[in-house]
This record gives sequence, structure tokens and C-alpha cells, in this order.
Amino acid sequence: MSPQDVVVVGAGAAGLGTVEALRREGCTARVTIIGDENDLPYDRPPLSKGYLSGAWDEARLQLRPRETLAELGATWKLGHSAVSLDREAREVRLEDGSTVHYDALVIATGVRSRRLPGTEGISGLHTMRTRADADRLREEMRSGARLLVGGGGFLGSETAASARTLGCEVTLISRRPAPLGDVLGDEVAGMLAALHRERGVDLEQGSVDAVTTADGHVTGVRLADGRELPGDMALLAIGSIPNVEWLRDSGLTLDDGVVCDASGLAAPGVWAVGDVAAWHDPGAERPVRLEHRTRASEHGISVARSILGAGGPLPSVPYVWSDQYEYTVQIHGSPRGADRFAIIDGSLEERGFTAVYGRDDRVCAAVGVNMVRPLRALRRLVAQRAPWEAVAAAQPQL
Amino acid sequence: MKIEIDQLKCVGAGQCVMAAEDVFDQRDEDGIVVLLEAEPDDSHAPDVRTAAALCPAAAITVHE
Repeated sequence: MSPQDVVVVGAGAAGLGTVEALRREGCTARVTIIGDENDLPYDRPPLSKGYLSGAWDEARLQLRPRETLAELGATWKLGHSAVSLDREAREVRLEDGSTVHYDALVIATGVRSRRLPGTEGISGLHTMRTRADADRLREEMRSGARLLVGGGGFLGSETAASARTLGCEVTLISRRPAPLGDVLGDEVAGMLAALHRERGVDLEQGSVDAVTTADGHVTGVRLADGRELPGDMALLAIGSIPNVEWLRDSGLTLDDGVVCDASGLAAPGVWAVGDVAAWHDPGAERPVRLEHRTRASEHGISVARSILGAGGPLPSVPYVWSDQYEYTVQIHGSPRGADRFAIIDGSLEERGFTAVYGRDDRVCAAVGVNMVRPLRALRRLVAQRAPWEAVAAAQPQL
Repeated sequence: MKIEIDQLKCVGAGQCVMAAEDVFDQRDEDGIVVLLEAEPDDSHAPDVRTAAALCPAAAITVHE
């Protein structure tokens, strides 16, 4: 029983991926795509990378050319936010009061940047989630100005690198001694920290408590330990919040995202995809929400098949990458919380290597820097959750 | 089926190679996509479509 009306709320990579997969599978339903930004679907990972540094122009951000989107035969409601969901009536209500009926609903509303309370309207204070965010920050970035980056995750680290490349002075503030330490462990995070220092980034350990201002403009940040760091502008990259407020009265289970089963089903006729979706992870035995660009596409393909009555399993190895300066860090699996680490090829000193991470005597992740093809071969160990003893066999020098 | 790749958009994720290894490969030095077969026969079509869909940089265009 194919649906007549498919409604996708969210016009990013996950929403678009779902619609494209539906059409590829031969779905002829009426499709409506609702997006709160005015832009046609664009890609977010480059915002803190090539787009911010200027290497990528606006056209290259577009996920698909306009003509290709037109071929999807969908109705686009861009610049519209969904404000509520009535599952009984099978209707999504928009902020202008209109409603859109669905037989199948796909929730793809993503996440927004976390902010510090009381910092609204401060000029020179930035977050990074949308193209407009990146444009605003780039406008203010000029050689010699100092950017304070609060948050040592991927977004903070990449923005620090891009800003430095553009000639800004940069202070990168992370809670761990090295940025990305909680994700990548001391060895790899230490290597990246040394790289940032070498390129002139000032690394500070701490967490941003408040923003200091004069005449409504950023003058610096105050850390939890009381220290004040001066700067001309600040980016807060301190995590994100799933956009689920509009679902509050929908009866869906919301717990750090839309809680779904292992195929993305949140309730009969309702699926969730991408950053906002917490799919049940059979390995972890709990819902897991991953803000990975590749997962957005995988969700879309899987949910399209579910909508058409032929769901398939999700690939078991998450993948994410990060560009910093001329280095690309690639991560297959989940290195967070690992208690084992072994270099396979290359070395940290050369800044070119592959490595595996282990937890509970099993391989849980493979990470590489500027060693793309050898890393791909290690993905197999992650997919199989290979016993740690198998790692020695993968090391050519042992 | 005809495939176009955009090496300037490619981020070297390798998702395409994992989906269709007879059609796509990666350069040794930077992992950028290399097209082994620009007009693969129909038996590869489903894998190629998956590769294009999974590409995180939307760097693969498939003309049916």
C-alpha cells in the first residue's frame, strides 16, 4: 500500500535524500518538502571548511542543481516552519496557519546550535549551522582580527583552522587538554593540537561561561575558571539541540531527538531521518543520534524503502571526516570511549597514518589522517567488530 | 547509464567505492574519486545509484 501524500519536513541532506530515494524506487506519490530556510538544499559540512575559507563558492554548496531538483516533481514550501503535528488528522501545521496532509511523514528538521543564555543580539558573537551563519562570520573575519572559538569539537577545530588560513588570530578553547580529545583520544588529538599550535592557534583549556561586551559588541569571553580572554569576535561551537519543539504535542517519543525503531519509524506513518533522528541501535541497545553527513543519506535511503514497504538494514559503520588545514581526518566507527589504540600504517609524527581503536577487546573504530585507501581496508575490522588480536595481523611491521 | 564525477567536490569518503568497486576507485595520494567505468552495463546500475545517493559531497551524477 503506497502512500498518496508524502510530506518531508526539513530540506537538508536527509530530507532530500529521502525524496530522491523514493523517486529512484519508483514512488509516484505527491511529495511536499517543507524547509524553514529559503535556500534549496545545500550541504552543511563545507560551511566550516571550504566555504568559510573561500575555497568553495555558493554554487558548489548546492546539493543538486536546480534542474535535477525539478525532476523530483515535488512541491517545495521553503521559508516555512512547521509548528505542530496532528497525528490523528495526519496534518502538519505551518506557522502561517495552513496545514499539509500526509499519508507518510518524514521528520528531517535537523538541529540548531546551542547558545549561552543571555547572549542574544550581541554583535560579533556567532554560531555555525546555516549558510547565513557562515556568511556572517566570514564578513567579520579580517586579517589580524582575533576570533575566539569556544568548543573543541569538529566544528570548533575546523573553524579555527579556516580562520587561521584567512589570516585571523585565533584562540581555540576546549574543555579537554587537546581539542577533539574526547572523540579521538590523546594520541591523535595531541597530534592535531600540535598542528594547530604550529599554525599559530592559541589553545586554551576551559569552558566558556559568558561573553564580555562593550557597546553591545564582543570584547572577549569569560571561562568557568574566571579567566577572561580578549577577542574581536567569538564563535560558540558548544553543541547542538534537536529541532523537536514543534512535535511537543504530537505524542511522539522525544528524548534528545525523535526516538525511532531500528528502521527510523517513530510511529505508524511517521519516520525521522538525519541529525534529529535517534534510531534504535541494535549493537548499543539504545537509541543513538548521530550528526553525521553520511548517516543522513543512509537514513534517507532506508526510510524511502520502509515507506514503500521494503525496509533494509542500515550500514553498521558510521563514517565522518574533518578537514583541518591540508589534513583530512577520517573516522569509521565510534572511537569515543575506546581503551585500546594501535597505529597500523604511517606515524603520528609524519601526520599520515591509519590507526584502530578498541573497546571491550573488540575493534570499534578505524581512524586515518591523509591515508585514504589504506584506511578503507581497515573498515572491515570495524564492521566485523573484530577481536583485538586481529589487529596485530593488520600491522605490516609486526 | 552514464556517470559524471566532480573531483573538485569529492571529499574522498570512499562511500562510492564501497558501494560499487568495479565502477569507482580512489586516487592513492588524496582519496579523490576516480571513474573506472563511465558507462557501466546495467548489472552495475543499482550499485551506482546507491553510490551516488551515499556520496556525502553529491559529487556523482548519474544520467539514466
